Amino acid sequence: MLLRFFLMGLDRKAGIVLTILAILAVAVPVMTLWVPADSPFHLSVFTVSLLGKYLCFALLALALDLVWGYCGILSLGHAAFFAIGGYAMGMYLMRQIGPRGVYGNPVLPDFMVFLNWKELPWYWLGFDQFWFAAIMVLVVPGALAFAFGWFAFRSRVTGVYLSIITQALTFALLLAFFRNDMGFGGNNGLTDFKDILGYDIQADTTRVALFVATVAALALSYMIASGVIASKLGKVLVALRDAESRVRFMGYDTESYKLFAWTLSACMAGVAGALYVPQVGIINPSEFAPASSIEAVIWVAVGGRGTLAGAILGAVLVNMGKSYFTGALPELWLFALGGLFVAVTLFLPKGLLGLGGQLKAKLPGRKTAALPNVQPANHTADQKGA
Amino acid sequence: MSAESTLLYLDGVSVSFDGFKALNSLSLVMMPGEMRAIIGPNGAGKTTMMDVITGKTRPDTGTILFEGGTDLTRLREAAIANLGIGRKFQRPTVFEPHTVWDNLELALKAPRRPLKTLTYAISRDDRSRIEEILDITRLSALRSRQAGSLSHGQKQWLEIGMLLAQDPKLLLVDEPVAGMTDAETEQTAELLCSIAGKHSVIVVEHDMSFVRALGVKVTVLAEGSVLAEGSLDAVSANQQVIDTYLGR
Repeated sequence: MLLRFFLMGLDRKAGIVLTILAILAVAVPVMTLWVPADSPFHLSVFTVSLLGKYLCFALLALALDLVWGYCGILSLGHAAFFAIGGYAMGMYLMRQIGPRGVYGNPVLPDFMVFLNWKELPWYWLGFDQFWFAAIMVLVVPGALAFAFGWFAFRSRVTGVYLSIITQALTFALLLAFFRNDMGFGGNNGLTDFKDILGYDIQADTTRVALFVATVAALALSYMIASGVIASKLGKVLVALRDAESRVRFMGYDTESYKLFAWTLSACMAGVAGALYVPQVGIINPSEFAPASSIEAVIWVAVGGRGTLAGAILGAVLVNMGKSYFTGALPELWLFALGGLFVAVTLFLPKGLLGLGGQLKAKLPGRKTAALPNVQPANHTADQKGA
Repeated sequence: MSAESTLLYLDGVSVSFDGFKALNSLSLVMMPGEMRAIIGPNGAGKTTMMDVITGKTRPDTGTILFEGGTDLTRLREAAIANLGIGRKFQRPTVFEPHTVWDNLELALKAPRRPLKTLTYAISRDDRSRIEEILDITRLSALRSRQAGSLSHGQKQWLEIGMLLAQDPKLLLVDEPVAGMTDAETEQTAELLCSIAGKHSVIVVEHDMSFVRALGVKVTVLAEGSVLAEGSLDAVSANQQVIDTYLGR
């Protein structure tokens, strides 16, 4: 049954996406570890980590597209789930430091020693085990999303009001995580990681392995998302996006459908955050900043919402642009980002992936191209047939 | 008449919006298999009546029973729909990005829980049922067209087809022929008549020739309550009805 579910989502687009990801998963390790450093095909470890970071963002964008593109829930707080997943992984990495911290305390992370804490808070227990942290990466964002969605969807909060509440959620978490007595390192967050699963986190092979893990997570999430979209459940989601009360009168409990997609999406965002943290080496409250969530919305809009593949493309391209701009013209980046969003909204309402269809519609003599599968000749024939 | 043998039983139902009485102690009884036309001037409460039956609006007072026992005033929309009450809106609302086939598949009577739909695979029975409905609604040739690209009349039929797929015990149909050509109106009347018998149907309509074509019992609503009931000829001759509705 599981196999059928995955096969259902495998269309041509999915084939292309998965092929590219498979090539990345093979080519990048080869080019980094085995191609000699003086060859033009050599990739530096720095580049690998950068690519890994882009793909973590791509996974966040994919998660966002699932709820925005297919259920019409514009989340302006998705980075909150990403950051929580990141903190769960960060807590594991902190516990792995052990006595190698500045204060040499075998149990307490440095910031707790600094704050004169005598013992580990209860919610840090278990994070010395990787399996526990890995479960928490899924469970904590999922549970938060479930509780939030339960109340919001039952109360029938929709549209812009829901967007504002999601923004408030991430802002509230930002303020909470800034506080030292929350026990998450306050302002500085969690950093100075040493090992992951016993391997040196700075080692080239570890970095490459983290990259491959990110590619694998992205590919698996893509298959899950496209399987969901292709299923009857996915059709219900699209139907309720456009006409929710009609779906309700058909007997579907739309709240539980939205809750399903919302929670699944939050879990994916959590995984993205968990893979992000060991690759960038730090997690701090700034990840909760409303701007991060809004940037994720822009990635999806640029790539084309409601396409899944577009979300990945948008996240990678915009972040490549960001890397370039913040290096070359740092003061212009925010203007470029804002301009990009305005331009996409005005000229590319379906994003980059919708560009092909848009160009076709502009060609002379194809007036019906706005509805791609309708041909005028066909139409009259149907009329006669009916 | 006792409530037990009825399909739908409304007694003393009142709804007011900001002091305006949309329904004023409305009482109405439908028997299983019956088809009923509801007419009345604008603001008579026709759409509000459908809203209270389907759970969109909660009545302030009154009883609404389905199949003699189930109290509809306590249930949410989806639960009421699953009891077997289907509704067609005035403006056709089909799911435009989906194909005609997918629209029917979504409507088709089947488990409605998310985990059931996630793992749903269409069965041979479901397939033949959809084929049958495509046939009834004359949409067979258009099965893989996007619903958004259908003509107005075709969308109305698709929506009626979706109601059939839901296989409700009671169908509420709001102005099914608004904006249709005469030929389409006639075909729609035939379609609804062929449905009645297996399902109970309430049709709200302004078009008198359409109501005549249906040839069923008529209830006239005015100012939120029942003004007259009977055959179209009988209510047309009713002086009160002429004064408040037909005469205007």
